[in-house]
Amino acid sequence: MKDVAFGQYYPVNSFVHRCDPRLKLFFLVAFIAAIFVANNFWALGACAAVLIAVVALSRVPLGKVLRAIRGVLILVIFSAVISVFFYSGETVYWKYGILCVTREGIFFSVFLIIRLFLLVICSSMLTYTTTPVALTDGIESIFHVHVLALIMSIALRFIPILMDETERIKNAQKARGADFESGNIFKRIKAIVPILIPLILSAFRRADELGDAMDARCYMGGKKRTKYKKLTFSWRDLVAFLTAAALVTGVALLRVYVGGM
Amino acid sequence: MHAIETKDVSFSYEGGGFRIAHLDLTVEEGEFLAVLGHNGSGKSTLARLLNGILVPDSGTIRVFGTPLDDQHLYEVRKQVGVVFQNPDNQTVASIVEDDVAFGAENVGLPREEIAKRVEFALGAVGMLGLRNAVVSRLSGGQKQRVAIAGVLALKPRVMILDESTAMLDPRGRREIVEVVKKLNREEKITVILITHFMEEALLADRAVVMNRGEIALTDTPAGIFARHEELLTYNLALPRIGVIAKKLTEGGLRVRDTLDPEQLAEDIARSVRR
Amino acid sequence: MNIVCEHLTYVYDKGSPFAVKALDDVSLTIAEGEFFGIIGHTGSGKSTFVQHLNGLIRLPSSKKKRYKPEKGEILPTLKVGEYDLTSRKTDFYSLRKKVGMVFQYPEYQLFAETVKDDVAFGLKNFSKGISKEETERAVGDALTACGLDPKEVAEMSPFDLSGGQKRRVAIAGVIVTRPEILVLDEPAAGLDPLGKREVMALLHRLHGSWCKTIVIVSHDMDEIAENCTRAAVFSEGKVVMCLPPRQLFKRTDELLSLGLDIPLVAKICLALQRRGIEIDCDFTADDFVAKVLALRRDRR
Repeated sequence: MKDVAFGQYYPVNSFVHRCDPRLKLFFLVAFIAAIFVANNFWALGACAAVLIAVVALSRVPLGKVLRAIRGVLILVIFSAVISVFFYSGETVYWKYGILCVTREGIFFSVFLIIRLFLLVICSSMLTYTTTPVALTDGIESIFHVHVLALIMSIALRFIPILMDETERIKNAQKARGADFESGNIFKRIKAIVPILIPLILSAFRRADELGDAMDARCYMGGKKRTKYKKLTFSWRDLVAFLTAAALVTGVALLRVYVGGM
Repeated sequence: MHAIETKDVSFSYEGGGFRIAHLDLTVEEGEFLAVLGHNGSGKSTLARLLNGILVPDSGTIRVFGTPLDDQHLYEVRKQVGVVFQNPDNQTVASIVEDDVAFGAENVGLPREEIAKRVEFALGAVGMLGLRNAVVSRLSGGQKQRVAIAGVLALKPRVMILDESTAMLDPRGRREIVEVVKKLNREEKITVILITHFMEEALLADRAVVMNRGEIALTDTPAGIFARHEELLTYNLALPRIGVIAKKLTEGGLRVRDTLDPEQLAEDIARSVRR
Repeated sequence: MNIVCEHLTYVYDKGSPFAVKALDDVSLTIAEGEFFGIIGHTGSGKSTFVQHLNGLIRLPSSKKKRYKPEKGEILPTLKVGEYDLTSRKTDFYSLRKKVGMVFQYPEYQLFAETVKDDVAFGLKNFSKGISKEETERAVGDALTACGLDPKEVAEMSPFDLSGGQKRRVAIAGVIVTRPEILVLDEPAAGLDPLGKREVMALLHRLHGSWCKTIVIVSHDMDEIAENCTRAAVFSEGKVVMCLPPRQLFKRTDELLSLGLDIPLVAKICLALQRRGIEIDCDFTADDFVAKVLALRRDRR
């Protein structure tokens, strides 16, 4: 339950984990650009190879990585099936009304599947290897907004607390015979009131106390504020940057010289 | 110079009666003061007044001679740290050292200085080994130590603990008491400890009892706990050991009114053998 | 209703890297009529144990149709009166009516507009279709039993009460259904000494007359010594001792080595022991004083 706070973050120490979050964001954007620029299997293969290297370097277990795919599997299959039947092309294998299966359609679908998988894996690599706080710090340092990072930080701190609290209140009301599992929708909504009211009151009380505690520690908004942990680029980030740049250039060259499938 | 000096301070919440009425309180530098009082006696309001979270309706508060007003608010807040009751409601960051740095970041210290202070503060509360730990996975006592460290990073000269041990188990309470004692002795930090626990109050140099927003009694902690009748008038319970001593006396045994089990045992032994 | 528990093991987040064994082969019997204490550090498993008693945490065998035990797993027994908590057929809902549970800081679970409505919540849930008069009477009785004047507080908002009053309203909201067993997780935590004393006095009034059995989880050894017939010490998911206070607090070395406190009377007894005086008491203040006075009489 408490690990919700870190989203999908997988706590190990690896090359990828230690990269600057800003660079990882840049890498993700570059990678997405690359997979959409790629229009032949060579280029897509290059993208996949780079991603496999990243996954290997990250020390995130393969099972976890593949689990990210599981969440979007149905969506991917669905879009692939649609495109197989509706994509028009020259080499027709089968046709029925407006439905047709063509060589181009099949290629397109396979492409689509690979692209989506690469996309999902690459973005989940970002969340597996970067804490939400580091991520917001990165965004903050790119766009220069202080409040965003603070809100994020507090939210992450209090989400597990409030989830525990919800569980506790729910149990207490269950002990008093509350029933949250049966009845129609109206009954169920009504049943939530005994959880919701104490929860809201508790959230307010906590917010109040947190406000006092922040005041007591001289919080005065973003003015004058300095940062303890400053993001700094290192050789790792240079490697990541060069890889991303090489990938995009490579894929673009393949597009020009090899052409589409 | 007094660490804290309040003169005729009154405060009331909107719609409510007086929470603090004409309060005069002086705390000396390096002193360890315990504040006792039943729930609703104004103890927590006092804590919030002393570092400007609440503003008095009338009267003046001075901290090391500096008046607590709009102009000097942050100057005073840097000097007077407050640790609150609920271990879960005082941390803004999920990682221990990030939270400890929060106050130091707020006042705009350079990064190297923040790093030094985080190191110092975590060391002082014995949490250096857990600097990268996730706050929500810590015990209650550890969370409160993080809260103390977060206050220490501002290098305050006064630390107020507003029932900071009330929600902890005995082990957590011992941890906090040890840390506070050490800060008072070694770092020479003036401590104002608001508490319900007699054993904690006994550590103080001096204790005050609050009642209806006023200071009703001032004495050594032992002196206060010996005033049985008065304690009852202020809705405070007698210390358990006092109750036992009293019953023994009523039974004809000559024992001193003490707060120390060893001393009571000595008296009983002498009295029984005679 | 007796509580019989044998070989109870419980693992949080089973199968995940964060799995924690909260209960490890716990065997414990609590007889009807006891005022039973449960002692232990935070995380020793005591809260997990008590949540089993009214089925808030359910055994895997009571959830699955055909439960296959793991290799080497000893099947637990868990019975509360006639209710077999290992069985899927058990009516857990009606169990909850018999086993009232007061959580830590129960005042934070108050939600209704008036004290009356809040206290009536459990009653209306468990006794569907109960008449208005009956509800009113039961609520009034429960409030009175908790030391509150129904005339004064029934129509008030629970949020306008003092801390100690709120807690008593919350307890009234649990005992209103007249449970046979009342379980309380640190009922006095966070209150000032006077508030603590009131709550403990309240539990004594309830015990025997209102609820046959009371089980309290507490950190306060004086509270345990003064009130309990027996107490179990939990440590790292196991029950390491289960004895009446008279015997339990003689084992001071073991308790201290577990990092637990001992009651004040036990501290005085230890100090007397070092001075060659043995006082054999049940560690309540009254008994201690009586024994000391008796000893003096004998010696004269």
